[in-house]
Amino acid sequence: MDDLQEIIGEFLIESNELLDQFEGDLVALEMDAHSSELLARIFRAIHTIKGSGGTLGFSRLAALAHAGENVLSRIRDGDVLFRPEIATCLLQMADGLHQALSEIDKSGTEGGLEFSSLCDRLAAICPAASPVDDVPAPSPEGASVAPGDELQPTVPLIGELLVHAGGVHAEQLQGALRVQSEGDPRKLCEVMLAEGTVKAEAVVDALQAQRQAGVEAQNNNTIRVDVGLLDKLMNRVGELVLARNQILQFTSTQQDTKFLSTAQRLNLITTELQEGVMKTRMQPIGTVWNKLPRAVRDIALGCGKQVEIEMAGADTELDKTIIEAIKGPLTHIIRNSIDHGIEAPELRLACGKRAVGMLNLRASHEGGQVIIEIADDGGGIQTELVKQKAIAFGKIKAEEAERLTERELLDLVFLPGVSTAEKVTKLSGRGVGMDVVKTNIEKIGGTIELKSKPEHGTTIRIKIPLTLAIIPALIVISGGERFAIPQASLVELVRVEADSQERRLEMVHGTPVYRLRGSLLPLVFLNRLLKMPGRAAEESVSIVVLQAGDRQFGLVVDDINDTEEIVVKPLSKQFKALACFAGATIMGDGRVALILDVMGLAQMSRVVREKREGSQLTESHSEASSNSAEGQNSWLLFRAGLRGRMAIPLSAVARLEEFSSSVIEYSAGRNVIQYRGQIMPLYTVAEVIGAPPPELSDPLQVIVHSTDGASIGLIVDEILDIAEEHVAIENSSRPQAICGSAVIQQCVTDVFDMAALQQHARSEVRA
Amino acid sequence: MSDVQQLCTFYVDGLFLGVEVEKVQEVIRYQEMTTVPLAPSVIGGLINLRGQIVTAVDLRRRLGLHPRAEGELPMNVVVRTEDGATSLLVDEIGDVVEVEKSSFEMVPDTLARDARELTRGVYKLKRDLLLLLDTDKTVNSTTPATAPTA
Repeated sequence: MDDLQEIIGEFLIESNELLDQFEGDLVALEMDAHSSELLARIFRAIHTIKGSGGTLGFSRLAALAHAGENVLSRIRDGDVLFRPEIATCLLQMADGLHQALSEIDKSGTEGGLEFSSLCDRLAAICPAASPVDDVPAPSPEGASVAPGDELQPTVPLIGELLVHAGGVHAEQLQGALRVQSEGDPRKLCEVMLAEGTVKAEAVVDALQAQRQAGVEAQNNNTIRVDVGLLDKLMNRVGELVLARNQILQFTSTQQDTKFLSTAQRLNLITTELQEGVMKTRMQPIGTVWNKLPRAVRDIALGCGKQVEIEMAGADTELDKTIIEAIKGPLTHIIRNSIDHGIEAPELRLACGKRAVGMLNLRASHEGGQVIIEIADDGGGIQTELVKQKAIAFGKIKAEEAERLTERELLDLVFLPGVSTAEKVTKLSGRGVGMDVVKTNIEKIGGTIELKSKPEHGTTIRIKIPLTLAIIPALIVISGGERFAIPQASLVELVRVEADSQERRLEMVHGTPVYRLRGSLLPLVFLNRLLKMPGRAAEESVSIVVLQAGDRQFGLVVDDINDTEEIVVKPLSKQFKALACFAGATIMGDGRVALILDVMGLAQMSRVVREKREGSQLTESHSEASSNSAEGQNSWLLFRAGLRGRMAIPLSAVARLEEFSSSVIEYSAGRNVIQYRGQIMPLYTVAEVIGAPPPELSDPLQVIVHSTDGASIGLIVDEILDIAEEHVAIENSSRPQAICGSAVIQQCVTDVFDMAALQQHARSEVRA
Repeated sequence: MSDVQQLCTFYVDGLFLGVEVEKVQEVIRYQEMTTVPLAPSVIGGLINLRGQIVTAVDLRRRLGLHPRAEGELPMNVVVRTEDGATSLLVDEIGDVVEVEKSSFEMVPDTLARDARELTRGVYKLKRDLLLLLDTDKTVNSTTPATAPTA
């Protein structure tokens, strides 16, 4: 009895996996209807489920799978064209199978489930379907193997492979099988070759495919382990790491060499054990993503939109608990993107976009963290609308809203109750959502960032730690207390000696800053922020340069200890209001130390705000000296006429726009355009640098530069890229309006002088 | 519920307080504490209880009593709450006493507000009055809290 239970258990796990794969493949097939490889995989998945289900006596499940298989075989044979309705029907079949599987899981039987109407619908979708193989499961191909093998479909059968590859028809195969079963000792392919039903090359290909699959099957020496067990193991290892840390602390006071070497070995083994256990819990993010194509399809159909999903980096690995935790938020974001972000096909066409919206998912590792980006090419978020909604819902006051920057306005989306959807749809728009997404991401120590460009779409960037349980951290001392800083947010360490402090730690209007390689780094004194006693000013301090979102800041601490692996323990709810702490840990000496939340610190000290003053500073600066571009490290690269590659500091770019040349008007001897309720003059790069004006292409690529509320448009041929590089500008021979040349992305690039553009515009106004 | 109940008793600035024994996980001597900057003042700090991090609530502050004299070390009464184990910092541990329901009475309204809100009633013992502490309330709200300032 237990044996049967075990077999059923395996059948359930395997079938569920197959079904997940089936759904993903089916949606992929919709995109690429001619992929015979995909079709073969889909076919095999359903066939296996039907076979095993039938053998175990789950007749209704097998019948449903059989009905699906009939449809699939007709598609494969080319009798029926793969249509969206068929896909929908097959997905419903998958849902039915899922339902049956969970029922079997619960009660051990199929219960009262009835799929006859679904079976009828499947039969009706390709009318006059003469069932290809009307033999009930196990399938005809199964006849040639020992019955026991049926439960573990390891190597695909040669006949099956031939049919999938289209080398032979199913009827011919059955004919050959019949010959074999009548006592013909020859191999299946020999029979068919002799009958002339199959080509020799096809047999060779199929044999090769079979060998390949055999190798894969052999490599598949894995076991399934209960996650609860792994969790327990992980907890124990966490405790072991703590005990190890305590012993290592102890070794510093010991002289006994035998003890020291044993402690050293313990240290190594613990580290290896920890890594090993950690690895067992790692799963590729693809396990969550696999379900998305189906979800995207359903959501898109539900709101009458066409959406394609593209995924990169599905093999990025994450801790199982984190995978579980991001499942919900991820689906929510995608639902939002499709429902609110991507426009209806007609609207998209009217905007000059493809009717099919694109959803891009990208995952990658970066500095001990995983970055997940979800980008859509929809309408973007209208900050004005967000502002109005937030005011209407009483989330902020109107005068407060006026002072907010674009970035802060976007962040309003994360407030509970704020939704920009014009109407509540059945999928989203009720205003509960993004705040929940944000809380859930932050709960696992992640951050979420939203970037949006009206008409170009929205990008959501999620940064999450690889694992929650044990993280490397830097231990610092401030105000006599120890604090742990997660290494993931650490950029670098700077030590400032006492005698040079006055010179190095400068003040800008009461705010301390530090000159780090020429750019200003805002400083936050940890002891002042946490209202702890400070140290005498004459002692040396250390600056921990930290990354909070896309900003860096320096945390001033008294001392820096060492890096240590720490076990993160949550803080109780009394400390929920304290954004500056991410948790606590137990140090080697048994005392508790607090873990700093870098993002929280940044928010408390107001580091993470848009540098309004900053960008203005660079602009006024650029008027004073044409060389101010030096030291900038974000560049917009573009191509303009004969001058080829050019660059301008990204801070000088307000927006990038695309205009049709038909909207250009003519005023006071110059090309102008109506832009956001203003008349914006347009200049070509050529005329600013004094070259003959080029012919204008259509549509026009325009870089919008804004100063003092007035905008100037610079027409370029093509926007190339944005580069993050610290460059040195050489200005040996500089033509008009060119600051000099620099090497950006390994190419010599002319740096365009924005000040010259302003001057050009002004001189023209005067003239 | 039986008529007789066992209470674990302790003293805080002269007050005689009790908690149901079944709610008490353990009583331990003073543990080294890590203070949490910016935390509400009633939070004494964090202690390491055999690898588990436990929040300690200073009952003197919580009940609005005089602060503990310099150099005096509090004891920990670790109680089980919905939020996991929490430690109550007290001056001195008393006995486990058996109290009868018949001796129970609500606290008089004239009691100081903090003490009145956090106690469920008073047992009239032969020699003393024993206040029954509401552990969940004591641990949950952190008033009088100094709001964390950025």
